[in-house]
Amino acid sequence: MSDSSLRLVWVYPDLLSTYGDQGNVLVVERRAQQRRVPVSRVDVRSDQAIPTSGDIYLIGGGEDRPQRLAAERLRRDGGLERAVANGAIVFSVCAGYQILGHEFVNDLGRPEPGLGLLDVVSVRGEGERCVGDVLADIDPQLGLPPLTGFENHQGVTHLGPSARPLARTRIGKGNGTGDGTEGAFNETVFGTYMHGPVMARNPQIADLLIKLALDVNALPPVDDQWYEALRAERIAAASQPA
Amino acid sequence: MAGNSEPLSPRAKLAVTAGKAAAAVSRAAGKGSGSVIGGKVALRFDPDLLARLAHHLDVVLVSATNGKTTTTRLLAEALRAGGPVVSNALGANMPAGITSALAGGSDARYGVIEVDEKYLAGVARDVSPKAIALLNLSRDQLDRAAETRMLAEKWREGLAGSDAIIIANADDPLITWAASSSPTVVWVAGGQSWKDDAWSCPSCGGVLQRPSDDWYCGECGFRRPTPTWALHGDHVIDPHGVAWPIQLQLPGRANKSNAAMSTAVAAAAFGIDPKVALERMYKVQAVAGRYDVVSYRQRELRLLLAKNPAGWLETFSLIDGPPTPVILSVNARGADGTDTSWLWDVDYTRLAGHPILVLGDRKLDLAVRLEVAGLRFRVCADLEEAVGAAPPGRIEAIANYTAFQDLRRKVGN
Ligand SMILES: [Zn+2]
Repeated sequence: MSDSSLRLVWVYPDLLSTYGDQGNVLVVERRAQQRRVPVSRVDVRSDQAIPTSGDIYLIGGGEDRPQRLAAERLRRDGGLERAVANGAIVFSVCAGYQILGHEFVNDLGRPEPGLGLLDVVSVRGEGERCVGDVLADIDPQLGLPPLTGFENHQGVTHLGPSARPLARTRIGKGNGTGDGTEGAFNETVFGTYMHGPVMARNPQIADLLIKLALDVNALPPVDDQWYEALRAERIAAASQPA
Repeated sequence: MAGNSEPLSPRAKLAVTAGKAAAAVSRAAGKGSGSVIGGKVALRFDPDLLARLAHHLDVVLVSATNGKTTTTRLLAEALRAGGPVVSNALGANMPAGITSALAGGSDARYGVIEVDEKYLAGVARDVSPKAIALLNLSRDQLDRAAETRMLAEKWREGLAGSDAIIIANADDPLITWAASSSPTVVWVAGGQSWKDDAWSCPSCGGVLQRPSDDWYCGECGFRRPTPTWALHGDHVIDPHGVAWPIQLQLPGRANKSNAAMSTAVAAAAFGIDPKVALERMYKVQAVAGRYDVVSYRQRELRLLLAKNPAGWLETFSLIDGPPTPVILSVNARGADGTDTSWLWDVDYTRLAGHPILVLGDRKLDLAVRLEVAGLRFRVCADLEEAVGAAPPGRIEAIANYTAFQDLRRKVGN
């Protein structure tokens, strides 16, 4: 970080912003502002270069063809890999999560190379599409309360040795591998299948990213009453499916 | 051709009778109008019934993500200038509901039919419409809807060989893609407020360039066709350059667009004078309860339906300014889609300055959304509390599908 402002980069809203995941950007932005951290937000369309000087990069979910187009353009651009090499934080959801891995299956049914920023490989699931509320326990290393989210995906993501599962599911499919894992992360790159958007239901994840980016251990508290009420409601709803 | 000059076959007659009987039973059991169950039973007796019922009619189909019920209503009013109309006015827009509606219109000359987006190609094949109006396509029901681009692609394939005159909104790139394989298209500049599903070229995936009202793909050359009709402020401009004033009781830009599209359909496909068409559209006050103003506890509630980000955007542009209170109500039941993530694609900062009262099954999702937007709001237990928190006078009540039905039931409308 060259100055005290937090630079957020929202990657390819023209392709990967179909499932409300821009909420993640809004939540991070808001929670930084509430801590009086100056924030700048850059939305980068897929015909523009990815800036390499961002602090937190957010990538959302999208449909199958836009996902392939996004992977092609990100590979050609190379900016996101350079940003990560510089220590940037990346948080990705669903289609964006798959793109950060080594490979996924594209809309044409063929393997598509990802960016290799996360040690995961995604394939198309054989079973039913995973749709519904999820409840999971986040890796204790991250010190966060349970994860609540909404999943809506067909993909199955296998983790390699250098990726840790972001969470272990109590309810829901998560990575879809049947071993109860959900999402993946390494030092600076995170991936999840959770929509909701995930930060709206888990503002502590937004705070974690801000802390990592600012290199601080704690942030001043903010009023979380509505987040907490929503979390309690969704956790209860996940626990007793309709 | 006016009316049913050819009698229905015995099989079709039996199917219609069976359907009417089933509908009557359904009504008697208190399960709504019975139109869908009636249509289902009738179609089981005679799978070709829809085609047979439509055979005697000049049919126009209307499809879109938003505005199809209202446009169907406006167009039905316009075409009544030329003869009796049968229409699925209550929005039962899948094949069973359409069949049921047509079965009730044996004396009609025109069939004005709203069709669910997923069924458009099939219904168009069945009923050989004279015209098809395509208004807009955007994200809707994230948990189960097909991709909007895939939908456009299906329309494109399904309509490629159609003899119908397609009346299409040239300002919507997905609609343009869907319509541009058809031999006869009347392009209308109908406007597009929500653009976030149309940055990617439907043809090649390139990034669309959108200088002012124009759009084009820099990579493959796919571009906005030149419209012959246009919505321009409060007027619809016809192909001769004549500007016809649009006066509606229904509010908002989106309804002006619906009226412009309806005028183009009425004139281009059915020879109805724009002046006559528009005068008839003026009579429409509310559509299936939408836009209705209802007196409730000394307040005047205007009931507004908004089901997806594009719909909310259009709705925000038509409500009265601050300090008019706004009730927001959101559910996530089956008919709404069970994923509420779309709330984050709605720009609620547009409501700054309005007292905001929050209701519905998913009021807590809305509360977090509004908190993050930096707005002040009050979460209410029920409609009584919300109305009680507002002074006497106008309240704008915006709700998604089942929340809207709940509101209507509550206020006795
Ligand atoms: Zn193109």
